[in-house]
Amino acid sequence: MLNVTALYRFGIKPIVFAACAAPAALMTLGILAAVGKIPSSPMDLGADPVDRLLHACGIPALNMLLITLLVTPARMLTGWSHLLRLRRMLGLFAAFYALAHFVVYAWLDQGLDLAAVGADIIKRPYITIGMLALLLLVPLAITSTNRMMRRLGRRWQKLHKLVYLVVLLGVWHYWWQVKKDIREPLLYFAIFGVLMAFRAYRAFRVKSAPATAPERT
Amino acid sequence: MKFETPRILPSDITSRDLFLDRRRVLRYAAAGAAFGALGAGVSGRALAATIAAPGAKLAYTPNAALSIKDPPNSYEDITTYNNFYEFGTDKSDPAVQARDFKPLPWKVTVDGEAEVKGSFDFEDILRPLSLEERIYRLRCVEAWSMVIPWTGFPLAELIKRFKPTSKAKYVEFTTLMSPRQMPGQRSPVLRWPYVEGLRMDEAMHPLTFIAVGVYGQMLPNQNGAPLRLVVPWKYGFKSIKSIVRIRFTELQPKNSWQVAAPSEYGFFANVNPSVDHPRWSQATERRIGGSLLAKRAATLPFNGYAEQVASLYKGMDLRRNF
Ligand code: HEM
Repeated sequence: MLNVTALYRFGIKPIVFAACAAPAALMTLGILAAVGKIPSSPMDLGADPVDRLLHACGIPALNMLLITLLVTPARMLTGWSHLLRLRRMLGLFAAFYALAHFVVYAWLDQGLDLAAVGADIIKRPYITIGMLALLLLVPLAITSTNRMMRRLGRRWQKLHKLVYLVVLLGVWHYWWQVKKDIREPLLYFAIFGVLMAFRAYRAFRVKSAPATAPERT
Repeated sequence: MKFETPRILPSDITSRDLFLDRRRVLRYAAAGAAFGALGAGVSGRALAATIAAPGAKLAYTPNAALSIKDPPNSYEDITTYNNFYEFGTDKSDPAVQARDFKPLPWKVTVDGEAEVKGSFDFEDILRPLSLEERIYRLRCVEAWSMVIPWTGFPLAELIKRFKPTSKAKYVEFTTLMSPRQMPGQRSPVLRWPYVEGLRMDEAMHPLTFIAVGVYGQMLPNQNGAPLRLVVPWKYGFKSIKSIVRIRFTELQPKNSWQVAAPSEYGFFANVNPSVDHPRWSQATERRIGGSLLAKRAATLPFNGYAEQVASLYKGMDLRRNF
């Protein structure tokens, strides 16, 4: 019989970790090349490196947030409850990229001009929304440890439902910063919609037929 | 990546070949050899007598009086970071997607309120003109900017030849419509073909320019070959590329971005740090080609050309006419 714990620990988790860390590794190489520390890099930051870095952090953050929302439906559909073991890592990487994205914005784009950053957060709806998403994501990352889970008990579940709001705000933020071509943000919205519809459908079924509701999220 | 070299002299620019892939180098070389264009340089007249490929060298005189002193962006930045939605919406798309675009032969149709109308070959348009180089700032509505050495001629010189009538209050420009060659036109991101317009006094202003080259060489496809508008005090989207039609009109043309989002983009689109885009600030800009830690620069009214053009808008509420 396959030892699932060992499989995750020595196989699946390292692979997923490497996949999640790859964008950061590429970005690091891109930055080193852009400042002339290494002659070339597989990721070229191009003519507008700051914009490229915002993109290179923002998109993985959003992708990983959506993948964390995919875990539960995937688990339900396949019956592989062990998929849950990947969710914390995905969520933490999402928070890491969102934070890095904010650092690129505040430091490289705005030159740490905190007054300008503050003004943007207040005046630019797309940045207000992004900031809100980030501020909600941080407590989720902090309370992701086993200890916190135990300590918070049932409240942990409730708290972490906030991730739905975080993803909604993240996709919305992406939509609002686009000049015109909203095809990609729309795709993200559609995926988010499907993932939420799955939950809504299940909640509805559970409610209307309590006897057939064997599983908890 | 910090731009530290002093102003690049025309004689220095051959290094651009480094940026071209071999196929293109060979193609240009072949075209140059065939038309005697390489090395010798091509003036408006000589160019008109030949057909020059993108990248062929142009003969021109630098116009120092109308050039700014900032160091220009590299040829690579100028030709790989483009907003040209006909070739894709990502800034790196046009350099790739426009590779097989055929800018020549090219015709421009002139119609509307003018005495001289018809369809003119690109060569005929250039024949009587001499080319000059102007180093202009370019400010995109997305809050980034570049400095570009354009080669071309004042639009006014061209317009005069068409003898617009007294009814001509505006000039409307149209980009080529060719979904086969311009893959971006296959999706309805904007209403195609792209349309732009200027008020007649804006069009006749000495700063308003038609570029046929950059860095002294025929415009690369992704920069709007074979001819494009350059209006340095307006946001970049006014500077329409690959023009096939010039129409003189009595009524204000409906430019594509205004049609697409009237609350965000207007007809005038003058660079104005005190009128923000509804969703982002226009107060500062990021100069392309700076170091990773370069600070954003303050955006200047009329992109730094206020002294020459502010009088065109006297008495107008620039907050409403954005
Ligand atoms: C969960 C949090 C966030 C997510 C998932 C996220 C995601 C994204 C994505 C996907 C983009 C588009 C990148 C592109 O295609 O170029 C973007 C752009 C951007 N984001 Fe965020 N973001 C988040 C938070 C923030 C925060 C907190 C700020 C600043 C306070 C911010 C500022 C920006 C800026 C300035 C842009 C670029 C807009 C432009 O290119 O003009 N974001 N973000």
